Amino acid sequence: MIMTDFWSWWIIILTVFSIVACFVIITANLKNYTHVEEGESMGHEFDGIEELNNPLPKWWTYLFYFILVWSVGYLALFPGLGNYEGLLGWKSSNQGITTLAESKALSEKAKAEGLLVELDQEMKTADEVYGPVFKKLADQPILDLAYDEEGFKVGQRLYLQNCALCHGSDARGSEGFPNLRDNDWLYGDSPETIKETLLYGRKAAMPAWQAALGDQGIEEMTAYVLKLAGRKVNDKLADAGEAKFGMCAACHGADGKGSLAHNLPFGAPNLTDNIWLYGGSKKAVEDTLRYGRNGVMPAWKDVLGEDKVHVISAYIYNISHPDK
Amino acid sequence: MATNHHEKIEKSVPLLVIFTIIAISFGALVEITPLMFQKDTTQPIKNLRALTALEMEGRDIYIREGCNNCHSQMIRPFRAEVERYGHYSVAGESVWDHPFLWGSKRTGPDLARVGQRYSDDWHYAHLMNPRDVVPQSNMPSFPWLDENVLTGEYTAKKFEVFNRLTAGKTHKDKNGNYIPLYSAEDIAGAQAAVEGKTEMQALIAYLQQLGTHLK
Repeated sequence: MIMTDFWSWWIIILTVFSIVACFVIITANLKNYTHVEEGESMGHEFDGIEELNNPLPKWWTYLFYFILVWSVGYLALFPGLGNYEGLLGWKSSNQGITTLAESKALSEKAKAEGLLVELDQEMKTADEVYGPVFKKLADQPILDLAYDEEGFKVGQRLYLQNCALCHGSDARGSEGFPNLRDNDWLYGDSPETIKETLLYGRKAAMPAWQAALGDQGIEEMTAYVLKLAGRKVNDKLADAGEAKFGMCAACHGADGKGSLAHNLPFGAPNLTDNIWLYGGSKKAVEDTLRYGRNGVMPAWKDVLGEDKVHVISAYIYNISHPDK
Repeated sequence: MATNHHEKIEKSVPLLVIFTIIAISFGALVEITPLMFQKDTTQPIKNLRALTALEMEGRDIYIREGCNNCHSQMIRPFRAEVERYGHYSVAGESVWDHPFLWGSKRTGPDLARVGQRYSDDWHYAHLMNPRDVVPQSNMPSFPWLDENVLTGEYTAKKFEVFNRLTAGKTHKDKNGNYIPLYSAEDIAGAQAAVEGKTEMQALIAYLQQLGTHLK
């Protein structure tokens, strides 16, 4: 942070003045100006307890001076006096950043010049220790890494720290958050697709059909959707629903087997497998049709970086395909 | 013998108060006053944008429910924090925060960059009952947020107040003039933008933008 000369001098003058003032005040107050000899009574007495004129212990006095000397040394070595950078050139972090690109550029520049701020130095030290470990894992194809013992363990920890919040510590998901162990997929189970889902996230969009279908239509369509999943329903209602299924076919396919079965990228679920992301009760299906659903998988590329996402992808592949 | 000045100060309350205030004011004069005149601490980062009407209402719910008592919004420049939460917070991100919501203690995690980290559905489930998604959480549930409906009665007024608070600290147009945070159009449409929405929607909207402007 660079400030104008005025404020820089403002800080320098006030700081130096404070240190000098402290020195003068301490030194002046060490003199005995009480008109009473050292060790003699100050003339107060309560219940036989007298106040004697004793000076501050020497070690205590020296501590004050020591702190003053310390502050002078500190201000010489580290930034503190206005724009003065200190003899060590130490900085906690890059200041005055207004975009991520600027932050990155400053770090890169410092790296090239060997003048790292504290944070960048911490990152560099950590990278030297953990970098090779991750690199070894990140260089392996996901299919190999998935069944590698070390890769699995690292992936599991990363999963628990970052993914369990939604998908559960057992990865079996919950209402609205996909089960990752059932080998049922919305966007595909190839290692590349899993990684892509983690890196860039997914945004699903099931529209709301209340306005288009009306109450009667919703009931009929619910019956048909449940029938597709192999459930027992009122056939008359289901037939009426089937007649209108054309509006659903664009995403779920005419056979209701979902977009994946037709090599389409929408993530529209297979309706025939009786696996339900938002619950398979009549009420839950009705709600889905009425109000729509907007499932979101966040993007992790910027948060975790590609290497960690690669390792987590391998873990996901393993738990969804436990038999190699 | 010199007079005992020290005794004079110690035995007079007004003198003691005056000298104490002078002594402690040096810290503030050196550490706080210059910050009020720094570009870093008074000018917004490049992509900072004003809160929308719904986010503004969400911010007030964040304050009302005391979220900042347990959650900080301040990522310090340490590796442990940067790896967990994202890029450290910079001053230019909070120049339009009145009051700032940096917090001072973390019973829960830092929220400075929680925006877009989880889905809206997750936030909904979490605010309704945190244990549903984080079994070991000790955060309270906030189910009433889903029932309370916003009227937007004061939203426009809040916009006007923020225009006043941020005068001289906003982005500039081509001619170097400050662009007010909220235009007359924004203010006119403020109430309509939030009326009928739930407090839950407002709070989630506020959370989802946190920390997303440094890009």
